[in-house]
Amino acid sequence: MLIKRRESWHLPECAVTPRAVSEGRRRFVKGAGALGFGAIAGSFGAGLFSGPVARAATLQATLNPAYTADAAGLDITSMKDATSYNNFYEFGTAKGDPLKNAQAFQPLPWTVEVEGLAGKTGTYSYEDIIKPHQLEERIYRFRCVEAWSMVVPWIGIPLGDILKRFEPASGARYVAFETLYDPERMPGQKRPTVPWPYVEGLRLDEAMNPLTLMVVGMYGETLPNQNGAPLRLVVPWKYGFKSIKSIVRINFTEQQPKNTWNVIQPREYGFYSNVNPNVSHPRWSQAKERVIGSGLFPEKRDTLMYNGYGEQVAHLYEGMDLTRFY
Amino acid sequence: MVASMRNGPRQVSRVAVFVVCLGPLAWIFWRAFTGGPDGLGLTANPAEYLNRFIGDWALRFILITLAMTPLRLMTGQAWLLRFRRMFGLYAFFYVSLHLASYIVFDQFFDWSAIWADIIKRTYITVGMTAFVMLIPMAVTSTARMVRRLGPDRWKRLHQMVYVIAPLGCVHYIMMSKGFQIEPWIYLGLTILMLGIRLARYMVRRRALSA
Repeated sequence: MLIKRRESWHLPECAVTPRAVSEGRRRFVKGAGALGFGAIAGSFGAGLFSGPVARAATLQATLNPAYTADAAGLDITSMKDATSYNNFYEFGTAKGDPLKNAQAFQPLPWTVEVEGLAGKTGTYSYEDIIKPHQLEERIYRFRCVEAWSMVVPWIGIPLGDILKRFEPASGARYVAFETLYDPERMPGQKRPTVPWPYVEGLRLDEAMNPLTLMVVGMYGETLPNQNGAPLRLVVPWKYGFKSIKSIVRINFTEQQPKNTWNVIQPREYGFYSNVNPNVSHPRWSQAKERVIGSGLFPEKRDTLMYNGYGEQVAHLYEGMDLTRFY
Repeated sequence: MVASMRNGPRQVSRVAVFVVCLGPLAWIFWRAFTGGPDGLGLTANPAEYLNRFIGDWALRFILITLAMTPLRLMTGQAWLLRFRRMFGLYAFFYVSLHLASYIVFDQFFDWSAIWADIIKRTYITVGMTAFVMLIPMAVTSTARMVRRLGPDRWKRLHQMVYVIAPLGCVHYIMMSKGFQIEPWIYLGLTILMLGIRLARYMVRRRALSA
């Protein structure tokens, strides 16, 4: 891992309070002051995030200039929101459960089994996987299938660079991923919410696409437990559930692998699950998204095809009927 | 009823129960202004938090209302029924807030999107049906309306809750992702409480025909 020294004036992008947050705060204080609620507003600020905070180490990474906040076109979601509002059923089904229930989780030491149609299969430690690569920071839009979105500064490695080291065989057409199954450490797995372990998969060309990241950190720190420590995928043009967390197995296959949500509800969740405003989820429209952190009257934006990453990924799906392969 | 209003201690307990039923609302305001014990306030997605939290309480109040008759049968305490109307009206209150939070915070009065939801999304169709059925019950909850309708017709009208409660549970089951036990517990309790009534009805009918 290349450790970059930062000049003292060089703030990581994530240290900047997102415009919406600072403006929102100003707006709130102003509004509250006008109503004579200044004291209450003060205590509101003091009470923020007084709950348990995951231990995290600072992680140095260079910001990839192709994926800045400006390139994402939106304000970065606050770290508090991105680390306290999570879908990670391994730690409970309510959005606040992962933060509460993942505090005791010890991600390291961690190993990943690499199997299937590849030259260099075997057991790799977390360090084995990370060390040969340079970490980079990328600010991506993140769109959940539940029609909300965030903008997150991730730290990671292009997945393709990692996969190449395992030397995929010519017969390998897909890559399957699996989350840790350990109900003692992941208490949500004591309930049959979904068939455990959680599994996901990508076509090999999707996995090798330069956008696909193996993520180890966010907001300049190592990945918090509730966000999928220590290793997770981020596939920014697909709905969030494709970005599998706490990965323990990587399998190169010839056949299309299973993915958990598709197994449970094939009518609602496909294998591809590309962000697509034109194909509704049966229970809600996907045309718009609620911007997380935009307050009680949430800002709704039009959802972009491939979450706005069409230029980089649209060619992967040329000629495919996207209403059938949703 | 009038006699009970004059009765000191009963009046106090009525006010106490009324205030306790406002607890969920107080909890929301407390979290909004102080952040609550975890400092997260109304969470990163306040519209969703409010809608879910209030929806949970709406269903709980429907179940509490339904529980009054079985509780009376089991304990023989007739005074329980005195609270039934209050709980029923609170159920309507929280169901209305649940719907209002969807209209205001979730959709921000986007009526075409709301209409599309009601028609296309089955769980919303089910929820809206339950809400619409609650309206005539709330409207006819006063003593005057009981007199005007006559006890038999009034009773038949209010037996709509036997349909509304299961609809509420189905609405919850349909909107949860994966297998979650909570909505099934609500449905189980509903079936239990309707089952007790059905059993009583069967016993009575047999007694009559014998």
